[in-house]
Amino acid sequence: MDPRRDPRGALVRPYAVTRGRTEPSRDIALEAVLTSSATQVAESRFAGHDKYRIATVCEGRAQSLAEIAAYTRMPLGVARVLVADLVADGLLTLHTAAPAEGFEERMEILGRVLSGLRRL
Amino acid sequence: MDFAGYDPVGSRQSRGIVSAKIVVAGGFGVGKTTLVGAISEITPLTTEALMTAAGVGIDDPSKVPGKETTTVAMDFGRITMAQDLILYLFGTPGQTRFWFMWDEIIRGAVGAAVLVDTRRITDAFAPLDYFENRKLPYVVALNRFDGSDLYEPDEVREALAISADVPLVMCDARDRESVKQVLVTVVEHAMLRLQAEHGRGFPTPVG
Repeated sequence: MDPRRDPRGALVRPYAVTRGRTEPSRDIALEAVLTSSATQVAESRFAGHDKYRIATVCEGRAQSLAEIAAYTRMPLGVARVLVADLVADGLLTLHTAAPAEGFEERMEILGRVLSGLRRL
Repeated sequence: MDFAGYDPVGSRQSRGIVSAKIVVAGGFGVGKTTLVGAISEITPLTTEALMTAAGVGIDDPSKVPGKETTTVAMDFGRITMAQDLILYLFGTPGQTRFWFMWDEIIRGAVGAAVLVDTRRITDAFAPLDYFENRKLPYVVALNRFDGSDLYEPDEVREALAISADVPLVMCDARDRESVKQVLVTVVEHAMLRLQAEHGRGFPTPVG
């Protein structure tokens, strides 16, 4: 059956994989990158199919929250809840939790991005 | 590839890999995804966000008959600059009514490029207003379409009513070098703005 024709609407089902939770246990920016080691991937098998898929996507190549959602075809909000759980359980490594705040740090990152672009 | 040197043992939150993002805005069909695709190392991906209860007040679902949720799609690309530095390019959703999604996209962004089609210049007003309101550094990029050369940059600047310190560049969203130049301009402008804001924190000699 075409899910779009479900008279109950599509609101509930995407969050079924998070057991209905729509608020992540920690805030994760769209561009925050995550990685997983082989050990973390192996352990994530026991965390359920969706979490395992996420851990697999991040193995060997850093992926942003946005990429994880796109590759697993999960709505962003759903992916964010599961990623936050995985980070809390030590099954994913979060690299950039929040954007840089301080002047020096922000200037340094901008400078690196600028030279990175020029090198392209 | 592993992440040697960034051993996360003992720390689930590492500063090992830094990511930055630049926002690409503009009206529907102006070439945002083309621009992202011209320089991204991956085919632009689409992430979808469901509008949940938080968005109800913004976009009243009752006004959309037979539709209880709305999906907001945004396209993005990626440039891996170094093993520990990734730049993401996020296109804004075409419909400006999804402001809640824009807030999410610009949070922590380096700055934005507003892509303008001179034939539909009014499409740029909403993004310009939004970035000015949110104090996000932005540059205006005039995408070359057939006939778009009819306007001088100064005329466009006037039509958009943007201040003199906002960079305005011509670009071809299909051309990698051209897109690169747009992004360089965004970052340079962001650095100038940041420096100016930082400088304002100190007493300036009067005289």
